[in-house]
Amino acid sequence: MAIAAFITKRLIQGVFTVWFIATATFFAMHNVPGDPLLNERAMTEAIRANVEAKYGLDKPLGTQYLIYLSNLTRGDFGISFTQENRQVNDIIREHFPVSAILGVLAVLFAAVGGILWGALTALYRNRIPDYLIMFFVILGISVPSFVIAALGQLVIVNMNSALGITLFPVAGWGTLGHMLVPSMVLGLGTMAYLTRLMRSSMLEIVSSDYVRTAKAKGLPPARIFAKHQLRNAILPVITVLGPAIAAITTGGFVVELVFAIPGLGRYFVQAVQQLDYTVIMGTTVFYGAFLVFMVIFVDVLYGLIDPRVRMS
Amino acid sequence: MPNGHAYDFSPLRRTEISQSQSRPSLSYWQDAWIRLKANTRALISLYLLIGLLIFTLFGPLLWNIDPAAQDLDQISRPPGEDRRALIVPEYSPWTGSASDLEVGSGQGLRLIGEATTQSIRLGWDPTDTVTGYRVYRNIYPIGQERAYGIPRAEFFDSRIVNFEDRLDLKEGIYYFTVVPMKGKEQLLDLTETLAVEVKRVTTVREANQKGLIGLTEELGVGDFIDLAFHPLGTDYLGRDMLARLMAGARVSLFIGIGAPLFFVTFGILFGATAGFLGGKTDQVMMRFADFIVALPFLLFMILFKIAFGIGPGESGIGPMLVALVVLMWPATARLVRGQILQIREQGYISASQLLGGKTLYLILRHMLPNTLGVVLVTLTFAIPSAIFTEAFLSFIGMGVAPPTPSWGSMSNEGIKTMLTTPHELIFPAVLISVTVLAFNLLGDGLRDALDARMRNQE
Repeated sequence: MAIAAFITKRLIQGVFTVWFIATATFFAMHNVPGDPLLNERAMTEAIRANVEAKYGLDKPLGTQYLIYLSNLTRGDFGISFTQENRQVNDIIREHFPVSAILGVLAVLFAAVGGILWGALTALYRNRIPDYLIMFFVILGISVPSFVIAALGQLVIVNMNSALGITLFPVAGWGTLGHMLVPSMVLGLGTMAYLTRLMRSSMLEIVSSDYVRTAKAKGLPPARIFAKHQLRNAILPVITVLGPAIAAITTGGFVVELVFAIPGLGRYFVQAVQQLDYTVIMGTTVFYGAFLVFMVIFVDVLYGLIDPRVRMS
Repeated sequence: MPNGHAYDFSPLRRTEISQSQSRPSLSYWQDAWIRLKANTRALISLYLLIGLLIFTLFGPLLWNIDPAAQDLDQISRPPGEDRRALIVPEYSPWTGSASDLEVGSGQGLRLIGEATTQSIRLGWDPTDTVTGYRVYRNIYPIGQERAYGIPRAEFFDSRIVNFEDRLDLKEGIYYFTVVPMKGKEQLLDLTETLAVEVKRVTTVREANQKGLIGLTEELGVGDFIDLAFHPLGTDYLGRDMLARLMAGARVSLFIGIGAPLFFVTFGILFGATAGFLGGKTDQVMMRFADFIVALPFLLFMILFKIAFGIGPGESGIGPMLVALVVLMWPATARLVRGQILQIREQGYISASQLLGGKTLYLILRHMLPNTLGVVLVTLTFAIPSAIFTEAFLSFIGMGVAPPTPSWGSMSNEGIKTMLTTPHELIFPAVLISVTVLAFNLLGDGLRDALDARMRNQE
């Protein structure tokens, strides 16, 4: 299959999935008990009819759905219910960059750490460093992100009070010091997965024919390691980067909550807790589209690097 | 015939055994069990999980405390703390009479009587030039920043020089500050601060109400009594941690084990049908499964929870279970389908068909049992991810509704008091981690024991 056709097919699938997410969100929100005007005082029939007309709530469900879809295609997510006069678009525009920086740092940390540690365990297979790293990997996979986040904060607090200076701020956002610990906490679980994957992928390659050939040719071990083993072992790691980005995005909800980072994840959780319908709908569709297209992007990337994927 | 001997062609004697079996024949499951037993980590995990199940199922029978009951005498108490209380007479109202206050003795801000968790009585000297006083209470010493704590009382009469505090007192040290006022303005130079050490007390009536006094015991004023025993301490509402952990284990493990059981069963049926039927039906069915896989999992869990809502008095366990099943089955379906497609081409299937085996017989007798090993491994790995999901959702407040405890929601509550009373976070967090760890290690062991192709490279 030509690469263009492969990409087109995946993109069409992605658009369809996003449409389904949008539809499911709309009808899920419609199904929520209660209605947004329930708490207003002095709501006579006439006022109610007026307000409903203003927000288009008096129209039949099908029409409301079509309006919603046409707004979405124009990139208009509506206005927040709880934060007055604040557009959902503005909320996303303001707070998504924060989440994005946190997420990119976490992915970088996870990918670099996972590849390095994984390669190291394969190199020292069944020796002390291997056991030590794998012990931490199992721990990293088994401890929930909020516990790691809490522990991270506890470590900062104790370190700061022991040193007498604020080396890293405990919470908040702004400087590199604010970003470092949360992104490490966020990337830790994914790093553990990547380490495990990298290890088994490295071990497979160590016993492959071309590595034996390279050894037989008398290449220095460092060159074999870097050129022949590492490069080929990284391939399978790329496939899980899509799910890893998804894990880090949703993991960001918790980390942003614990470290009081003004990212979109924290806003999403707050909106969910306050039942701020438009913000929930907007951020869900936004996050959904982001995740779906990230996975497609990684798939296409993998297809470009490894032609065998496209063929099947 | 060269090198030929006559005895080469003689029949064997009966006593000679032509073939021998060096080892007893083992079935697939016997073999797997032997392999699993050799894996210490997996075996320890298995015992740990059995212990956890016993803890959850039978623990509440032994430790018969209502997980929602509040012990207001002991709030946020770490385990193993002193819980003795002095018995004092019933509380009687205090008028602050002149003789009590020793007016004019010039002692400044002082304690009247003993400071107990029942009441703290304060008196101070009147100042003529002021128009009133404010009384503040803090649990930390007053430093340069002059944080006096919570305002407890405000008097617009310079002759009122006594105050009784009965609000939510716990044992420990309180710092009371009296600030004289002129009009609405505080005269900060004339403030006085007093550190008061509070003793824990109870009365005979209270102790009786809580069942702390045995039938034969005779206790009176001045005796010491042990308050209710909480082996793992109490949480921020004074609820017993052990009882809540056991009740929370039921919720977490019910969701963690129940949901995977359901969706793995559904996945097997779906995958087996698709794999066996093949062709167009298979294509359509797997397209559907692919579609579900492409949905962002946690976002849809949250959507599901919002859409179903939690009515008053409901725990919200049901919707979460349904959501998990609806979203997580495709992975098993794909796996089983792949297995069935492989097995379908095997020789023994053709042999069974040749012998007259019907379709249903083939599926039930040959195909499904041969996928069971892989399915069991999937199930073991699905459990920790379901427990994680439950904990995550409960942590962001989208899980089970209070007061139903789950390990996730307990962690969520505990993280708020992490710095002062870490035990409220540590216990549920450790239980989640240990359970997930045990299931992961057991899954590794089962995979090594059951499935040669998926075997972890050591």
